[in-house]
Amino acid sequence: MTALLEVRGLDVRFAGAAASVVKDVSFDVQPGECIGIVGESGSGKSVTARAVLGLASRTATVRAETLRFDGTDLQAASPRLLRQLRGKEIGFVSQGALVALDPLRTVGREIGDALRLHTDLSPTERRARVLELLAEVGVPEPRVRADQRADQLSGGLRQRAIIASAIALRPRLLIADEPTTALDSTVQAGILDLLESLRAQGTALVLISHDLAVVSRLASTVLVMRGGTVVESGNTARVLGDPQHDYTRQLIAAVPTDRPRGTRLGAAPRPAALSPGAPTAAASSGNSGVMPATIAFEAETPVRPSLTPEFAKDAPFDGATTPAETTDATADVVLEASGLVRRFGSRTAVDDVGFVLRRGRTLGVVGESGSGKTTVARLVLALERADSGTVRVLGERWSESTERERRRLRPRIGAIYQDALSSFDPRWTVGQIIEDALTRGRSRRAGEDAAHLLDRVGLGPELLGRRPRLLSGGQQQRVAIARAIAPRPDIIVCDEPVSSLDVSVQAQVLDLLDDLQASLGISYLFISHDLGVIRHVSDDVLVMRAGAVVEGGNTESVFLRPSHEYTRALLDSAPRLPARAAAT
Amino acid sequence: MAGSLTLDPSQLARAGGQRGRQSRWLRWLLLRLGGVVFVLWAVASVTFFALRLIPGDPAEAILGGPGSQASEEALAQARAHYGLDQPLATQYLVYLGRLAIGDLGSSYALRQSVVSVIGDTLGPTLVLAVLSLAAAVLIALTLAVWSTRGGRGAAALGSTLEIVAAAVPHFWLAISLILVFSTTLGWLPPVSVPGVAGLVLPVLTLAVPLAGFLGQVMREALLDAMESPFVLAARARGEGEGGLFWRHALRHAAIPAVGLVGWAFGSLISGAVVVETIFARQGLGRSLLSAVQSRDVPLVIGVVLVVALGYMLVTTLTDLADRLIDPRLNRRAQQA
Repeated sequence: MTALLEVRGLDVRFAGAAASVVKDVSFDVQPGECIGIVGESGSGKSVTARAVLGLASRTATVRAETLRFDGTDLQAASPRLLRQLRGKEIGFVSQGALVALDPLRTVGREIGDALRLHTDLSPTERRARVLELLAEVGVPEPRVRADQRADQLSGGLRQRAIIASAIALRPRLLIADEPTTALDSTVQAGILDLLESLRAQGTALVLISHDLAVVSRLASTVLVMRGGTVVESGNTARVLGDPQHDYTRQLIAAVPTDRPRGTRLGAAPRPAALSPGAPTAAASSGNSGVMPATIAFEAETPVRPSLTPEFAKDAPFDGATTPAETTDATADVVLEASGLVRRFGSRTAVDDVGFVLRRGRTLGVVGESGSGKTTVARLVLALERADSGTVRVLGERWSESTERERRRLRPRIGAIYQDALSSFDPRWTVGQIIEDALTRGRSRRAGEDAAHLLDRVGLGPELLGRRPRLLSGGQQQRVAIARAIAPRPDIIVCDEPVSSLDVSVQAQVLDLLDDLQASLGISYLFISHDLGVIRHVSDDVLVMRAGAVVEGGNTESVFLRPSHEYTRALLDSAPRLPARAAAT
Repeated sequence: MAGSLTLDPSQLARAGGQRGRQSRWLRWLLLRLGGVVFVLWAVASVTFFALRLIPGDPAEAILGGPGSQASEEALAQARAHYGLDQPLATQYLVYLGRLAIGDLGSSYALRQSVVSVIGDTLGPTLVLAVLSLAAAVLIALTLAVWSTRGGRGAAALGSTLEIVAAAVPHFWLAISLILVFSTTLGWLPPVSVPGVAGLVLPVLTLAVPLAGFLGQVMREALLDAMESPFVLAARARGEGEGGLFWRHALRHAAIPAVGLVGWAFGSLISGAVVVETIFARQGLGRSLLSAVQSRDVPLVIGVVLVVALGYMLVTTLTDLADRLIDPRLNRRAQQA
């Protein structure tokens, strides 16, 4: 059988760049087959997809030995022929579900455009077809939705609308670039089912994702890309079950799903520098001497009873000892919320939420978008006023105090956010950002400066003079963590801190948060939509839905024996790696 | 079917139906009107007192300026006739009272009611302003499209042209245009004559600097839109360059440009003072200049009030236009 899409030796180079961003990539796609392309940001997976469509940007030079769609040489095709193929024969679901619809036009017109360009249907017929398509991709109330614009639709509905426009002409090949990124797991499951049903009907599918689990659900063949080249490819079960390349193994190991609390995700072992007595080991990030300041830092930090410096010195953690196990349930309560309610107009964003966070422990809050997780974080930080209910920090009045009264306690409760970059003043250097946080903290220790803090989070002092915009996503989040720990807080509220990071970077940041908790005894209120991440980091967990806590308790028992129906649905919807791969 | 731009089902549900929406509109309109009245009062007051600060005797101005050597008797008579012998506060209140019923008084210098002077000059100035605005948008859009399509060199050249155009003062441009097109080439008349030929140079003088400003913001918005994911998605549907421009990018480029139109109107009126004077063209600007020079208080206040009213009208219209182009604004305003 001849392949529907045939790619041999694809090479893409941007004008002025020293090296190609895609090098010698080859693959075939048969009708009804799904191939997955997996890689982290910058791996060239999106450029590969766009090059196939002839949309790799004006400044890019695309070369290939063979680039054929159904026998047509795409390299020799005229712009006109390419335009006819696009949308009609090859559908494209572009990256960024939230921004791929023109915000000024109605969804119906956006989808109708595909029909207008490739068929002779009248506007009335197009409209009828658009409504059919919306219904087909599972958009409720198509009539209403067709007249709305992107900003009136949830992420899941927008993604469905984009898929509707991509399949309007029943293309034989569908290229989907990160079709479920930024979507909730139950929504993601729905989109993946939709793609699977298209494939079952004979559509060839190229699925691009950073998420191994997503790809493993649909793809029979997988390509693992890194730095523009394919490092490994083949049958999905084989590649994930028995990875040959180091990078593939690293990627699989970095997935936090099903990795018990306390195990490390990164390649490097837990640095022994955690114990004050052994400052020599290398850091997980590759920087040496992560924490020379540990002793000075720790001396006055209240440490949970079970993690005295002696303990840390004598029995450095290994993968088997989790902080959870070393902390008894009677450790002091650092954060206590009860009966929190917050309404926005007629909508109740947070409905009677209460919890207790103990010293040195992590309380995970998991839920889908709109479940009220972030509002809880804002209530805890007293950035938002609760309609009723109270928050107590370190046993003291907090939510009912005035901001002036709270100011004294502010250094004891820090925060890190999903978008670290926008939490920085863009005109400040990294050094200024951390210095500022240091001077706002409790009495400053001698010799404690921004360089030490950077060191603690695994960054070198050469970054002090840089502006945050020029750092990588992982580095930005590390700077945000350094800023958060600078005033020596007891509690850090983490709101989706790793959601916009690549899986290997995410692994490093999660490891770092673990290390800091072990050495500083910080308690985390950790908010995430990602069940795998939550299970990996949390001692206890709250599952939220529509503002209310549906289930809570010890993480392992909630995950192993969910008692609420919604928790079970959530767990079922999360795509996971085949069991064999996860065990590697 | 809820197809109109300001009406969609989810809004109706949220607002509790048609009536809620109407009362919101009514409130918006009343607030706007209140604002207009306040601004007009403030403009009238500031102008009234500012003109009293200019040294010299208003009665002298009425009788033809300092050179007229009017007799003391005539001056006293003029003062009494125009109420200038009253205390300032009384004059002010009497003036406001007349304004409230639409009586702008009569011009000292022209011996004509202010309303009729404005009626004669408003038309030509509006023609000039509207044509200049249209020409500016056309020039700006052409420049923006050309420079976004033409690659790096065109972008740099386009950007330079825009900056130069925006920086050129009206009086210099007017004189240069006259030198080139009238004196040297002899294609167009150096002064305003009735008909199209007389309009070309004044319109160009006003349009070019404005086009510079508009071009800059439109080019930025066009570039942003053409690089955006939704344009990529449209390309992937098979949309051609023309479709991308007309269906997607143009509207996005129009948003910042429409936002500038209110400001542009103000700049056109101030530019009209210069242009109408240089091209000896009848109009509001030139009347304003001569009224200020001859301390013709009623006429100055009249013109200033008309311009202020026009300015507010234009900003209200651009607000509405903004909401038509970008329906998201409606929803945001309602949620706020």
